[in-house]
Amino acid sequence: MIEFKNVTHFYNTEQNEKIASLSGINLKIHKGDFVAIIGANGSGKSTLVKHINGLLLPSKGEVLVENLNTRDMEEVWNIRKQVGMVFQNPDNQLIATTVEDDIAFGLENIGIKAKEMGERVDWALNIVGLNGLRNSEPHLLSGGQKQRVVIAGALAMNTSYLILDEPTSMLDPKGRKNILEIVKDLNKKESITIVYITQFMSEAAQFDKIFVLDKGRIVLEDSPKKVFDKAEQLLGLSLEVPQITRLARELVKSGLDIPGNILNEDEMVKYLCLYI
Amino acid sequence: MMFFRNITIGQYIYRDSIIHKLDPRVKIITVILIITTIFLVNSWTGFFIIGFYLFINISLAKVHPKFVLKGIKPLLFIISFTLLIHFFTTPGDIIYRIWILNITREGIHRGLFISVRLFYLILSTSWLTLTTSPIALTDGIEKLLSFLKIIRVPAHEIAMMMTIALRFIPTLMEETEKIIKAQIARGADFESGNLVKRIQNFLPIIIPLFINAFHRADDLAIAMEARCYRGGEGRTHYRQLSINSIDHVFIIITLFILIVSYLWVV
Repeated sequence: MIEFKNVTHFYNTEQNEKIASLSGINLKIHKGDFVAIIGANGSGKSTLVKHINGLLLPSKGEVLVENLNTRDMEEVWNIRKQVGMVFQNPDNQLIATTVEDDIAFGLENIGIKAKEMGERVDWALNIVGLNGLRNSEPHLLSGGQKQRVVIAGALAMNTSYLILDEPTSMLDPKGRKNILEIVKDLNKKESITIVYITQFMSEAAQFDKIFVLDKGRIVLEDSPKKVFDKAEQLLGLSLEVPQITRLARELVKSGLDIPGNILNEDEMVKYLCLYI
Repeated sequence: MMFFRNITIGQYIYRDSIIHKLDPRVKIITVILIITTIFLVNSWTGFFIIGFYLFINISLAKVHPKFVLKGIKPLLFIISFTLLIHFFTTPGDIIYRIWILNITREGIHRGLFISVRLFYLILSTSWLTLTTSPIALTDGIEKLLSFLKIIRVPAHEIAMMMTIALRFIPTLMEETEKIIKAQIARGADFESGNLVKRIQNFLPIIIPLFINAFHRADDLAIAMEARCYRGGEGRTHYRQLSINSIDHVFIIITLFILIVSYLWVV
């Protein structure tokens, strides 16, 4: 379980002012959860997830991962073994000169024996479907493929939590879809806990639970259905609802008797068919 | 305008050969030995033996000689320049005189020696880089330097720096190309003016490139930390180097040939 206990984080501006990028965050993410975090630019999403594996430490409060405190200088390495991270820019996360060497990078760091490393690398490559590219050089891969290598690198470590910080914002639509499919599979088949930051509401709609952040506070914490039902409140936070939900709301306004919080095409089709 | 099409790092050419399969450490040590011998040997017989030995090595590597010779081309000028300098500046028996310049017997001798040495130097290093992948080379260097850790030589850090440099050269090249295009789109001119002007024109490329490189370094450091990187201590290696009997035979033959070439004075 990931647990934030009243976490506040200050950073200093150039004028030496203390500004809180997180204030009084309390949250619990259980093992096996499939959650998204949304929020406008500067709402503190990235700052929040960087607290999970001790890349940032809270100014006040505690962050616990499996009851290990991120403040503990020794335990933080055990936390990082369990918490894999994928960042936004695929180019700036790959360290080694070939795909398989990069996946092995984390394993080398935690001192896994060469033989076991080979097995884990094979397994991770298989899951992300990059078996044919194991000897490729990173700069020859597409953005989506690079992100899959990063995911494989985290998986090879046997992580139980995978944090993805806007992993698709620099990808084309095809790569975006592919990453989301992989993430879903990981949650269902490997029961890996997923925490997924995104700017795309259509992506967020596919998660079990959404945290909405505004100015360093969690303002909403609910299922996508209930979150996107509050379109007015979201608009006030410079957030939108998914396109299909917007369509549903317009249809409701024009007099159709369907729910206003439809999240995907299938559901929409189902309700519209009632009118035929 | 395309500046960096088909970027390849290093000169490595993959072939299925005995030389390619040698342990990188053995190859690095071999090159060091060859270079040392080249500068110790003082007879034409010696040079002939080393030349023959290099020829065998390159043929065993199954790499086309044109790749090896490609490495020599840019240095041809330097080689001929040193040759001429030695021809004219070494005192001794004058055998030919052009205007105020004297060519001496010793000059010809020394000039040719130096050129052959430079020639062999390039041959042997190209032999190494053509047959060893950058990854293997880095691993080899790390292992070879590791015994220097006692005197605080940061072997792991040097190898890690090499890896990251190799990884980011193509990325930064692509970025340079993008920046150049962006600046051209804004009316920058990289193709006219004198030398000083042209160098000045490159500032708008260098500065954004540096700023971006620092951003990347920042991101990369965070990503490395997130993946449990904390220096070389306790780290294992995905690629295992192993020295087997072929490596032993190779290094023994090499040593033998090099010693013979040094001692053989007819």
